[in-house]
Amino acid sequence: MSKYPALKSLVPLIPWTAAFAVIWLFNRFVANGINPYYFSIIMYAGINIILAVSLNLVNGFTGQFSMGHAGFMAIGAYSSAFFTTQMLAHQPGWMESPLSSFSLFLAAILLGGATAGIAGVIVGLPSLRLKGDYLAIVTLGFGEIIRVVLLNIDAVGGARGMAGIPALTNFAWVYGFVLITLFTITRLIQSRHGRAFLAVREDEIAAEAMGVNTTRAKVRAFVIGAVFAGIAGALFAHQLMYLNPQTFDFNRSFEIIIMVVLGGMGSITGSVAAAVFLTGTREALRPLQEFTKVDFRMVIYSLMLILLMLTRPNGLFGSQEISSILKLKRKKEGARG
Amino acid sequence: MAETALRAQSLTMQFGGLTAVTQFDLEIASGSISGLIGPNGAGKTTVFNMLTGVYRPTAGKIFAFSKEITGKKPYQITKFGLARTFQNIRLFKDLSVLENIMISMDNDPALPHFGLLPTLFRTPKSTQAESRQTERAHELLKALKLTHRAQELARNLPYGEQRRLEIARAMATGARLLLLDEPAAGMNSSETAELMEMIRHIRDEHHATILLIEHDMRLVMGICEKITVLDYGVKIAEGTPGEIQKDPKVIEAYLGKAASERATHA
Amino acid sequence: MIQFVQHLINGLSLGSIYALIALGYTMVFGILQLINFAHGEVYMLGAFIGMYSARALHLTDRPSIGALVVAMAISMAGTALAGFTIERLAYRPLRKSPRINVLITAVGVSLFLQFSGQLLFGADPKVFPEIYHPGGQWHIGQIMLNPLQLTVFIISILLMLALQTIVYRTRLGRAMRAVSFNHDLASLMGIPTDRVISFTFMLGSALAGAAGVLVGLIYPKIDPLMGTLPGLKAFVAAVLGGIGNVTGAVVGSLILGLSEEFLVGYWAPTFRDALAFALLILILLFKPTGLFGTGRQDKV
Repeated sequence: MSKYPALKSLVPLIPWTAAFAVIWLFNRFVANGINPYYFSIIMYAGINIILAVSLNLVNGFTGQFSMGHAGFMAIGAYSSAFFTTQMLAHQPGWMESPLSSFSLFLAAILLGGATAGIAGVIVGLPSLRLKGDYLAIVTLGFGEIIRVVLLNIDAVGGARGMAGIPALTNFAWVYGFVLITLFTITRLIQSRHGRAFLAVREDEIAAEAMGVNTTRAKVRAFVIGAVFAGIAGALFAHQLMYLNPQTFDFNRSFEIIIMVVLGGMGSITGSVAAAVFLTGTREALRPLQEFTKVDFRMVIYSLMLILLMLTRPNGLFGSQEISSILKLKRKKEGARG
Repeated sequence: MAETALRAQSLTMQFGGLTAVTQFDLEIASGSISGLIGPNGAGKTTVFNMLTGVYRPTAGKIFAFSKEITGKKPYQITKFGLARTFQNIRLFKDLSVLENIMISMDNDPALPHFGLLPTLFRTPKSTQAESRQTERAHELLKALKLTHRAQELARNLPYGEQRRLEIARAMATGARLLLLDEPAAGMNSSETAELMEMIRHIRDEHHATILLIEHDMRLVMGICEKITVLDYGVKIAEGTPGEIQKDPKVIEAYLGKAASERATHA
Repeated sequence: MIQFVQHLINGLSLGSIYALIALGYTMVFGILQLINFAHGEVYMLGAFIGMYSARALHLTDRPSIGALVVAMAISMAGTALAGFTIERLAYRPLRKSPRINVLITAVGVSLFLQFSGQLLFGADPKVFPEIYHPGGQWHIGQIMLNPLQLTVFIISILLMLALQTIVYRTRLGRAMRAVSFNHDLASLMGIPTDRVISFTFMLGSALAGAAGVLVGLIYPKIDPLMGTLPGLKAFVAAVLGGIGNVTGAVVGSLILGLSEEFLVGYWAPTFRDALAFALLILILLFKPTGLFGTGRQDKV
């Protein structure tokens, strides 16, 4: 094997490829049989995983507390939906063949990610000079500005919202991108580029003194986070088929923040678990919500957040990953045996 | 003798109306161990901050290995072969000792580094570079007697080892000139003796040049070949430990006028 | 011209309400370096306490300045208690935690009050009772002066003067300033820092409570989510003036009130809610210390 180093570097890709295959097969043979209500929950869980993991890169791994993730999600959602609706308005034939609808949607998702990424540069470059509370409130401000601007763009429906978005999202798209997100972000934080992010989180002055270009590291993390939020937005738009600026208000950003905080800032495993758990809770609370006419999950979420900070501020997983927990366990068992 | 590792020309630093350092000149020969001393508040750390780019000097020029670095940012300055430690220990506390070293090595201009995509897909060359870098990191840890701590979080190290890790981390940037800000602060006398040995060892084995700020006079007089004394932001003396110890201006700065008069009359 | 003066008056009255909220923000930030996100909700509570006490005491039977004062006093006492409780339960246990944890908690408290407020008071807007309605409108030339606006403006100014006196003329105020200058030093000097912090929260919350009642007078629709946006805007005003600075908060609030009013009047009404954030971004980028603030630098 060592004679072919190129092959060797492909070996770790096998599980990822296998996972892709499983997702594809699931989409092809199983997904259609699932109760549509539960199925939509599964889809939103996937979209939330992408959002939570990408925000964790910024808030958890790089230590830059952003509160405007919904803004980037909105940009991805709107730009991709605008693209697909316009394309279909002019070329209705795009939907007919699987290949052309595939390429159309792929282009739309990438466009959503790219526009969100550009917005990430525009927002990140000036605001990442700020720290802590100030950074938090400025990103919140940018998120609100994005929402107000969308409210005022007539081409995407303004306050009426944007309807008639084609239903292009399916299981394979969502979980395919979940895999891509996990792959990119886990490998990123294990690389020298990710180490720079960690250094920034730990001590910016020391990082700078050890040769880390901290501004570049912060903007990078922020932009990568924004790109994935944009992708999640694109998937979301073509799942819900309707967009309204109100969907991307501060509460949406908050929902993503609580996933990151609950799972543990700096733990990808935690973000995934918390995204799935909270998407489920939201649905479980729906009857209560209909009964009280109040967005009851926000009461629970906020209370959970406060209690978490008071009792277990590192979240469920701290900064640990499932892989290291398993390794540790194996080590302990090995020592005993 | 050898080339000049560091040259500072009439550095001046003003904060608002306050002048912290005035017209400071310094020349450090490559391969030497030098000390920068002075009473509290004399401006020693301000000098370090100027040399490493934390502050931009109000006036004056700085050259590292004959290249001008005045006004450059800290992360750029390490590329010129100059790195520092911090008086108040600023390790990456929640990262492992090895990671602390690796982060610095990631920025050593002499090592091969790869961009986002190659590291993401772990191309053969990038993984090779990474494993070679890890080996080097372990070698460095061995040199500073930290091998047994490689996987431990920096925050869990005892104080003396944290200070050593600070030095190791600065060396890992590939720096040939190390600026140590009170490396012996908080150490007991046996730890300090060990540190002195280590600093000499770093100079001899790793061909490094060392400039240190220190209050522990035994350490300064014991290992420094040249000492520069600052008082109220002005250089008041420079010379070998023997010369500095006898200099009335230095005695006055440290002990007051009366003491210096007594010393000269004696 | 007439329109201009009209906007000026509206802007000042809006700004004076922002100022009452901003003062609480600025004092708490000055003393804890914490953006107390829940402060907007304290203001909301103020409006609701005002409403319920007006109903319970039948203050609408005889609307008068006296009725207003009674409602305000009860509301201020209630919000002071609320501020005290929030600090005690949510923030004090985190005094030694990383700041980001406190920030997250503050956001949590804010949302908790919003949505449990919806459970408690109902989600739909309520009408704030008329507890004071000075007759008609005054005309100066063609300029219309609403006496209600004038009352609100005057009461706000009086409250701010009272605060100024407390902060700069009393022992407690001196202790507050000492704690905000340096915690550790203040506690070494024998100042009971925890008690001073509690007091700061109570003082700021009482002002927010007063603002809640005054807003109820001018814009009589109140709901549990009403505090979020004014809260954030008041924070922006505090930053604009230089966070931690009492005069700065007032000036910043008046500037924000005026610029919002003029934006709505002359240019782009739908961008109203983005203005504050745009301002915030500009200030933080170009003069993070605000108009009246002095900077602090990280020590290396």
